[in-house]
Amino acid sequence: MTTKKFMFVNRKAPYGTVYALESLEVVLIGAAFEQDVSLAFLDDGVYQLKKGHQTKGIEMKGFEKTYGALDDYDVNKLYVDEESLAARGLTADDLCVPVEVMSRAAIGKLMEEQDVLLSF
Amino acid sequence: MKLAILVNEGPYTHQASDSAYQFTKAALARGHEIFRVFFYHDGVNNATRLTTPPQDDRNIINRWSKLAEEHKLDMVVCVAAAQRRGIVDEGEAKRNGKDATNLAPGFRISGLGQLIEAGIQADRTVVFGD
Amino acid sequence: MLNIVNKSPLDRNTLQTCLDAGTGGAILLIEDGVYAATRGNAFESKLKAVQGNYKLFALGPDLDARGVGDRVSDGVTVVDYAGFVDLVTEYKTCQSWL
Repeated sequence: MTTKKFMFVNRKAPYGTVYALESLEVVLIGAAFEQDVSLAFLDDGVYQLKKGHQTKGIEMKGFEKTYGALDDYDVNKLYVDEESLAARGLTADDLCVPVEVMSRAAIGKLMEEQDVLLSF
Repeated sequence: MKLAILVNEGPYTHQASDSAYQFTKAALARGHEIFRVFFYHDGVNNATRLTTPPQDDRNIINRWSKLAEEHKLDMVVCVAAAQRRGIVDEGEAKRNGKDATNLAPGFRISGLGQLIEAGIQADRTVVFGD
Repeated sequence: MLNIVNKSPLDRNTLQTCLDAGTGGAILLIEDGVYAATRGNAFESKLKAVQGNYKLFALGPDLDARGVGDRVSDGVTVVDYAGFVDLVTEYKTCQSWL
């Protein structure tokens, strides 16, 4: 099968809306199709990766663990916007998985190299 | 050119489905092939045949069904998103013990793989959402 | 790359993020995004500043629907849905900044 470069662009926080969770479901399917998958996190999307989700009180399924499992599916290109982290008082140490922190411009350059850009 | 369309929002609340419809119609008129229209998130709500908008309003669902019939469009509703939101065809009703179905003509329920496949096969994938 | 923006820049930071990522190419404003293309809006100068890097487009039917079809900023090209389709085919990829 043809391999294409798929990038998932995440700009929304988790739990307040379903986009982060359902986006992850597509990422896993993309990996199952052996596509070249990467994820970009910008703006409130970086909150998806904030470690220590405890969702018991809101009775919603927590999905922080799924980010940790991405590596098992050979999804290990996670790009996080430096400026978005800084604007939220976060650093890479606050995140639940290892990521590459880079400038917005660098993420923009990576976007240019993709075949398919999916945003939710 | 071969195009894939992703619709992330339901009808009426957001303009996404309207924009996607107008885009799809224009692309067909331009002679392009629509490889697939995929409905995800609340976008699956575009596939319920039980909507009854006021007579002076557009019927978003019927409009998609009609376009699909005229152009043999492949309109796919994500099964996981559909199950969450109660969009049901006969197979799903049987499998999950539901007493009714509501899938509109021209739509079919299938897996997320159909979205990835569309991304692979199409020359361009265009996303409509909020 | 074709950047598609559907939010008003006075409500959300979507267009700002799109500009910061700075991929060049084209920006097509649709839905509430078209307000960015109107004369005298507070974001107009920011959009003017990037005119050298981007071709700027706004969707005519969305402008007209909102009563702003007659106040489109200089340097923004108005297109219809067919023009939207042409832009998608013209650029290798498109990113919808949702």
